[in-house]
Order: sequence, then structure tokens, then C-alpha cells
Amino acid sequence: MFANCIDRFRALFLSILLLSCFVLPAMAGPFEDSVAKFANDEFSDTEDAVGEIASSGNPLASPIISALQDGRLSADPDSKKVFITQPDGKIIDAATGAAVDKLPDNAAAVRLNNRLRRTVDAAVGGLTLMSSDPAKRLSAAQSVLKSHEESMLPTVDSALAKETNKSTRQALAEGRAAIILFKSDASDSDKLDAVAVIKARGDQEALALLTSLDAGQPPLVAKAAASAISSIQSNLALWSTVQNAWYGLSLGSVLLLAAIGLAITFGVMGVINMAHGEMVMLGAYTTFAVQEVIRTSYPGLFDYSLLIALPLAFLVAGGIGVLIERSIIRFLYGRPLETLLATWGLSLVLQQAVRTLFGPTNREVGNPSWMSGAFEVGQITITYNRLWIFCFTLAVFAILLAMLRYTALGLEMRAVTQNRRMAASMGIATSRVDALTFGLGSGIAGIAGVALSQIDNVSPNLGQSYIIDSFMVVVFGGVGNLWGTLVGAFTLGIANKFLEPVAGAVLGKIAILVLIILFIQKRPRGLFALKGRAVEA
Amino acid sequence: MTPHILTRSLDRAAATFILIVAALGILIPLSNLLLPQGSMFQVPTYLVALWGKYVCYAILALSIDLIWGYCGILSLGHGAFFALGGYAMGMYLMRQIGSRGVYGNPLLPDFMVFLNYPKLPWYWHGFDMFWFAALMVLLAPGLLAFCFGWLAFRSRVTGVYLSIITQAMTYALLLAFFRNDFGFGGNNGLTDFKDILGFNVQAEGTRCALFLLSCLALIIAFVICRAVVSSKLGKVLIAVRDAESRTRFLGYRVETYKLFVFTLSACMAGVAGALYVPQVGIINPSEFAPGNSIEAVIWVAVGGRGTLIGAALGAVVVNYAKTYFTSGPLAPYWLFMLGAMFILVTLLLPKGIIGTFNSWRDKQRSAAIEADKESAAREDGIGEPNPAE
Repeated sequence: MFANCIDRFRALFLSILLLSCFVLPAMAGPFEDSVAKFANDEFSDTEDAVGEIASSGNPLASPIISALQDGRLSADPDSKKVFITQPDGKIIDAATGAAVDKLPDNAAAVRLNNRLRRTVDAAVGGLTLMSSDPAKRLSAAQSVLKSHEESMLPTVDSALAKETNKSTRQALAEGRAAIILFKSDASDSDKLDAVAVIKARGDQEALALLTSLDAGQPPLVAKAAASAISSIQSNLALWSTVQNAWYGLSLGSVLLLAAIGLAITFGVMGVINMAHGEMVMLGAYTTFAVQEVIRTSYPGLFDYSLLIALPLAFLVAGGIGVLIERSIIRFLYGRPLETLLATWGLSLVLQQAVRTLFGPTNREVGNPSWMSGAFEVGQITITYNRLWIFCFTLAVFAILLAMLRYTALGLEMRAVTQNRRMAASMGIATSRVDALTFGLGSGIAGIAGVALSQIDNVSPNLGQSYIIDSFMVVVFGGVGNLWGTLVGAFTLGIANKFLEPVAGAVLGKIAILVLIILFIQKRPRGLFALKGRAVEA
Repeated sequence: MTPHILTRSLDRAAATFILIVAALGILIPLSNLLLPQGSMFQVPTYLVALWGKYVCYAILALSIDLIWGYCGILSLGHGAFFALGGYAMGMYLMRQIGSRGVYGNPLLPDFMVFLNYPKLPWYWHGFDMFWFAALMVLLAPGLLAFCFGWLAFRSRVTGVYLSIITQAMTYALLLAFFRNDFGFGGNNGLTDFKDILGFNVQAEGTRCALFLLSCLALIIAFVICRAVVSSKLGKVLIAVRDAESRTRFLGYRVETYKLFVFTLSACMAGVAGALYVPQVGIINPSEFAPGNSIEAVIWVAVGGRGTLIGAALGAVVVNYAKTYFTSGPLAPYWLFMLGAMFILVTLLLPKGIIGTFNSWRDKQRSAAIEADKESAAREDGIGEPNPAE
């Protein structure tokens, strides 16, 4: 044990010795000369020193430059020695790194002016360009594009030569192009190449870069830049349309998820369930409860928490739905307006119950790892949770559609929707179908709650924020079949997102509400209305 | 013609109701003003304002009962008409503040100075005159109801669909009034009122006068409703409620009747709102919240749908309970009670307090007086129409 320890120490010692033999003598001369230039108290010398030190690769380069940036670098004009006051108050010799007791009496802080400060900032960027951490290199490379500081060019070139990471290379090349574009003495052909590189980038930043180009450019470059600007603009307009469409689809899928259960209960039973939003809320709180249990007892299962919560939420919300149907709603059939009031009362009770149980504040529901993060397609960013919810909604919709079409319960439900009396005469237990339908609708609201807990605040008011929107979807789509709900949800979602940039979020929403009210005048029973005798029943 | 309608429409119950409201309207202010403070029978000023609020709610409930109880239109957006009337009155009160606001601007209300309005928006002109504001109290809700009803009834939007779009209407207005650039004070609404017609709104005398006026408005609204529902027009309305298609096929223009009664009801709600605002001292967008409108519907259901007196009674009872419970240790349970009220009333008391009482009394007196029989027949027809029969 002891011998082992000694061995280790020996190895460490040897390696330090080796390293110092290798590095220090090789750098000593020029590096020390460069550092000494700080002591001349000349801005031009300081600038040279910064450039030389930044490209030296010396481990002391980074502390020196950052000390200079913060005003912690001081120089003694007599001995030409330069010192760093470290943030913790210790003082070291800038050229050697050796500790020093105290600053010499006539040492003064190295002065900077605005131009130098830019150089120093660029040098800090340049130092990180050489960092061993690829992520740091990438962000440094991206910052080159923004600053396009001319003095960075040599650093960028050398970094570009060494860089192996593809995306960092790309960022560096773009940064280099930006520098050349703003370099007054670059040749026309270089500038044209640069314009092409920036144009290929094609995003908002590239546009800003090209538009900030001053007027004194050679005509050829100016022309290329103008055409690049217009092409980027049309490209961006296209992408923003795509982005709005995606946001619209995403909002539409949320609306669909919230409304689809409502559509079933309303379509089959003619029952307006004002407590539908609270079923969504119950689903979300089920997710919260499941995650709580997993957090405290089985932390390893966290990624599966949503999969566990899904069936539970369906059972909880569906069970409560059946209970509600059996205890309240079945006494109110044929009196839709009274049902509306009773279920509204129920929603108040459920909200208050959850408020009492879980408290009035928002509850934290975490995203599993596979639902967090985002990826980029062209100029738009797609977050995984939105994508998953979109897919999930479509899956729920497909399953529901298949269920209505291929199962016995689905057949019975459709029969009752079309003609309740006839269905009853044919031997369908309509009251059983009603209870199951209500349970199904509520259960789907519950699993909607699981999904919505990922993108919305889980609070007792969660349901209320969806209820009016869900009604709009159902009323707009019509209760004839589920496709109406699908079309209604996506139409409203997309229309909302395309109106938002034009009119603002609130006005856009008001406009949608007014449009629906007007639309109802034209088609009082929605897009896909039931026809025939069933209408009046 | 008019006395004839009045005498016919006012049965004994109605007369009793009017007498009680009138007595309250006179006695409460008198006791507040004349009796010494601290006396057992003296009504404190805060109670006068509170009961004034209840009376305004009673007018709102009457307006809902007129369309829901007698015409089958369940509006879940009547709070919007109430709030619009309130905003019209609030705008008048804001203009009356004049240069006494925090910023001392003689023309612009405080919030406009705060939000950098260069000048008074055009729709604020005229509100410095009381007659104009009073006209707007009727016109703004009336016009909205007329346009909305004209569109909705003509295209035969009925039942739950109508309920949902009235809810959408008030929701849209809620969102709009929350916006600062809409010119109605945004989130904070209109408040900090000083004068009404030259009298200080905070003064006891003004509060008593407002209370008296509210009671008077309640009586007038009640008489108008009675006159409407006991006229031939009222019979058609009940026919529309019970069998809309049949009434249409009999040759009545259903939508015209509905439009008339809907607009009338909206104007009444507007008046209620206008009387409410000076007594409460604030009007803000939360009055547009869909929940408020639904709550107003439950007052009617509790008191008795289609009884008018019941609607007013329900508004007072439910709101009294709300004040009582939300100010005590039972406050966290108030929503449970309100929710349970919604459920139990619809399940067990579909006719409400007055309706249930009426049918109980009728059962007791098998040989009823002619007038009672007539009202009982009306009560029995409340159930939903069933066209399939």
C-alpha cells in the first residue's frame, strides 16, 4: 500500500519534470518578450503583445488575457516585469507563473482603450477556439460570426486548419467569411466567396450580417450581397411559413387531444360535459402522482413514468367518468341544458377537491429524457415533446377510430348516435353504452392530461384553460363523426398560429372566436353535421 | 291598453314581491340615515352597498329568467351584457373624476396618461354627459345582443350550441377588455370613482340613493317582465320554449320573438351592471369571465326557472350564502357548496325553490283560484320539448 503510493508520487513527479523540460524552455524566450511588452505602456505594444500571447499556445496565455480584460494585469515599467492579481488576491508573475509576495511599488495596471478592448475580447474568443472542449470551440466559432473582428482572422485560419469537428469547421468557415466580408482590403473574389458562404447559411443572422454591410462595397460584391439578401429573405419567409404550419399542427394536436373525448360524449349522448377539462386535469395529476412515487421509490424508472401513467390516467379519469354518468348524468338525459349546469358544478367540486389535496400551486411534472430537447430542420427548431404529442394524438385518434369501427362497443355506440330509439329496439342496452361512452370519453381526456402535463402547468385550473377551446373545436367540427373533430382541431390550430404573427396572440384568439361564431351562423351544426332525423333528437 | 296589461300581469304574489322590494328600498336607507350609528336597527353603510349589489344581481337574474325560463334560450354570456352596462357607467364615472386623478389630467383618465394615450379615444367622447352614458348603458348591450341574436336566431342556432357560442362571446370580450390598447383600462379596469351626478359616490346619502334606485329598477324590470310574459307575446315565447318547430309551423316568426326578448333581456342586464358599478366602485374585465355568467344562471335555477320572483330570490339567497361562507372559516369549502348546489338543484329541485313551493301549494289546494291554475299550467310545461312524440 505504502510502496504503491510512493510509486505513484514518483510517476507524477517524473511526468511534471518531463513536461517542464519540454514546454518551458521552448517557450521561454519569445513568450517572455511578448509579456514584457505590456510594461512599455504603449497601446500599440499592448496590442502586439495580446496578439502574440493569444497565438502562443502557452498555458499562461488565457489567465493573462482574462486578467487584462478585468484590469487585474499590472506591469512594472522599471523591471519590465508583469504580474497577474488573481481573483483570490494571490499575485503571480505573468511570464513564469511563479508566485510573488506583493506588487512592486511602481507597478501600474495595464491600460486599455476601446479599440484594444475589442482586440482583447477577440483574443479571448480566439483562445477558446483552441480549447480542447469541442462544445466550447463550437460556441467560440459561432461568436466569430457575430463579432467578425478583423484581428481574429489569423487565429480563425489556424483554428480552421486544425479543426476536425464538422460543424465547428462549418461555423469557423462562416465566421471567416464574415470577417473577410467586413475586411476593407480583401479582394473582390474573396468577398464574393464570402457572400456565397453567408448566403448558404441563410438564416436571420446571415441576413443581419449582409444588411449591415456598408455601402462602400465594390459594385460586384454589392450586387451579390443584394441578391443574397433577397434570396435569404424569401427563404426565411418560406421557413417561417413552415414553422407556423408546424406550430399550428402542434397546437391542433393539443386541441384535438383535449376535444376528442368531448366529441365522443357530445356526439353519442348529446351531453355537454363541462367537467371534461377537469378530467384532463385529473390525468395530469395522475402523472404527477406516478412521478412522485417513482422519484421517491424507483428513480430508475423515471423514463417510463409516462408509459406507466397512461393506463392509470385512463382508468382514473374513466372510472370517475362512469361514476359521474351513473350518479348524475343518467338522471338528466333529454335535458341538455341542465346537464351543462350540473357538470359545471361538478367541475367546480373537482377543482376544489384537487386544490385541497394537492395545493393551489403548480405541480412539477418532469420530462423524461426522450421527451426533452430539440432538433433542427432547416431554419426551424422542433422540440421532442411537441413532436411526441403530435404522434401520440394521431395514434389515439387512429385507435379510437378503429375502436368505433371494428369493435362491438363501437358498433353499438354508432348505432346509438344515429338513432337511440331504434338501437334500443334492436336490443342494444343503451344505458350501458352511455355509461361506457362517458367512461371512454373521460378516459381519453385523462390520457390527454398525461400528454398535456408535459407542456403545460399542472394546476387545478389546467382544465379550464382547455374547456372553451375544446368546445370550439367540437362545435366547429360538428358531432357527426370524429373526422370533424380532427379537421376542426387542425384548422383552428393552424389558423390561430397564422393569425398570431399578424394580429398578436390575444387578438388572434379573439378573431378565431368571432370567426367561429360567424361560422356557426352559416353551418349551425358544424362542418361535419349529422343529417336526417337524428338532428332534432 | 297599458293599465290593462299591468292589472292582468300583477297577481297577488307579484304584488307582494313588489311591496317587499319597495319596503326594503325605503326602509333600509331610512334606517341607515336616520337612526343613530350603533343602534340595533341601524343598517351600516357597508351593508347598504352589499345589499345594493344583491339587488343588481337580482335584476341580472330576472333578465336571464326572462329568456331562459320563458323562451328556453340558455345564455352563458349574460355577464357580458352586465359588464358592458357597467363599463358604460364606469366610463361616465371616470370622466367625472376630471383633474382630480393622480396625474391631474383634466381630459384623460389616469390609466390613459399612464399608457401614453395622446388623446381621448373617439369612443370615450360624450361620456362626460350623464344622459349619453345612460343611453349607452342600454344601447351597448342592446346592440350587441341584437346583432348577436339576429345572426344566431336567424340561422336557427339553438340549445347547447347557442349556449356555447354565447360563452365564446363573453370569453372573446374578456380577452379583448384585458388588452391595454383596447382603451378600457386593461387588466385594472375602471376604478377610483369620485362623483356621480355631482354627489360623492362614497357618501352614505349617495349609497342609500343608489340602493333605492336599484330597488326601483328591480321593480320596474319585474313589472316589464311580468307584462311581457303575461301578454300574448309571452304565450308565444312559452310556445317557442316548449316546441320551437311547431310554433314556427303554426306561422309565428320565432326568430323575431326570440330576438325581441333577447335584446330586452340584454338591456336589463346592462342596467343592472350600470347600477352595480357605482356601488361596488370598480369594473374590470373579470366581470366578463364565463364562470360569472354560469353562476348567474344557477341563481335562476335555485330560485326557480320561469317564475321571475324565484330568479330574484335565488340571486339574493345564493349571493348571501356566498358572502356568508366566503368570509367565514368555511371559505375553502364554498366552491364545494356552489358545485353541489349546481348538481343538487338540477337533480332534485328542477323547478327551484319557488317552483317547487308553487306546485306543492297547488297540490294542497285542489280547487285552485283561476289565476293560480294559470300559473301552474305554465310551471308544468318546463320540461324539455320532445319533438319525436
